[in-house]
Amino acid sequence: MIRTLRAALAAAILIVTPAFAHNGVTHLGAINISLPFTRATLPNAPVGGGFLTIENEGPEADRLISASSPASDVVQIHEMAMEGDVMKMRQLADGLELPAGETVVLAPGGYHLMFMGLKRAFVEGETVPVTLVFEKAGTVELALPVLDAAADEAPAGEHAH
Amino acid sequence: MAGIRSLRIGLWIVVAVVALAAGGGALFLRQGPADGFGKGTYSLVDQNGKAVDQALFAGHPSALFFGFTHCPEVCPTTMAEMSGWFEALGEDGKDLRAYFVSIDPERDTPDILGDYVSWVSDRITGVTGTPEEIDKIAKAWGVYYKRVPLEGGDYTMDHTASVFLLDAAGEFQGTIAYREDQATALGKLRNLLGKS
Repeated sequence: MIRTLRAALAAAILIVTPAFAHNGVTHLGAINISLPFTRATLPNAPVGGGFLTIENEGPEADRLISASSPASDVVQIHEMAMEGDVMKMRQLADGLELPAGETVVLAPGGYHLMFMGLKRAFVEGETVPVTLVFEKAGTVELALPVLDAAADEAPAGEHAH
Repeated sequence: MAGIRSLRIGLWIVVAVVALAAGGGALFLRQGPADGFGKGTYSLVDQNGKAVDQALFAGHPSALFFGFTHCPEVCPTTMAEMSGWFEALGEDGKDLRAYFVSIDPERDTPDILGDYVSWVSDRITGVTGTPEEIDKIAKAWGVYYKRVPLEGGDYTMDHTASVFLLDAAGEFQGTIAYREDQATALGKLRNLLGKS
């Protein structure tokens, strides 16, 4: 009895904010995540990028503070920018700010999840699991479909709303 | 009196303008590709461990890219596009060679590079070498690269993301910008192949 109660309590603590998916959109409190994808990696490529659209419907700002995946040693949050013909990268050590009522897009050429130390290549047609931790909304696990090596966006028809 | 003085001043101005124009002209001529953009001497190794140098680009038109295998986006994307160029050019592109020069030679060994580029085409060659020699080829092509530290002791690289186009004499003919649309890129490549 006590054991069951303990287990139930533990489960309740684990799932503070239940996430649920609906029409390709993952809802986690005020956060809606849509259009997740990654790209097939080249042989020996030790890194990969993860992309998704995050909408914060809430009245207050949130922050994507960390990410992890069984597919790689670490996942960091990075920003890429082209300055003239030079590609520049930086790590967002404090995470990614998600202003109230706004949508932030992680896409090729900009913000992205950086999978470092891949356990194996990302193969087109498979999915890559990733766990995202938000400062306020909590933790959610997603599957990123692996698209072709130069894909720019997830297939249309799934939009956050 | 005042007239002569102003005439003198005027003449001196003319002299100055002519001198500047001549100097500027000479300067302009000196900056042309004829004066060595892309020219340098360096000793590197290809993906098979074979010694290569500046003669690598002689004898066939080339597409030259500087990157690294720990690159999250620009390099794999450019490699995917390059693969598409080779495919689209088909037989017309049989003389074209591509080169992927690592600006992260400490991590990019010949073996690693060989596998990484093998997927693109059998006409692409991975090139690496000592940091000193890589610096020479990067300087020859005006390529910027810089190490950016990351958490956990790792690092990534900022770098020039253009593809350089060289004719069969190894002379610089232009660039393809990162993510330039395929039709434009193919136009430039066909133009290059037509010249070579």
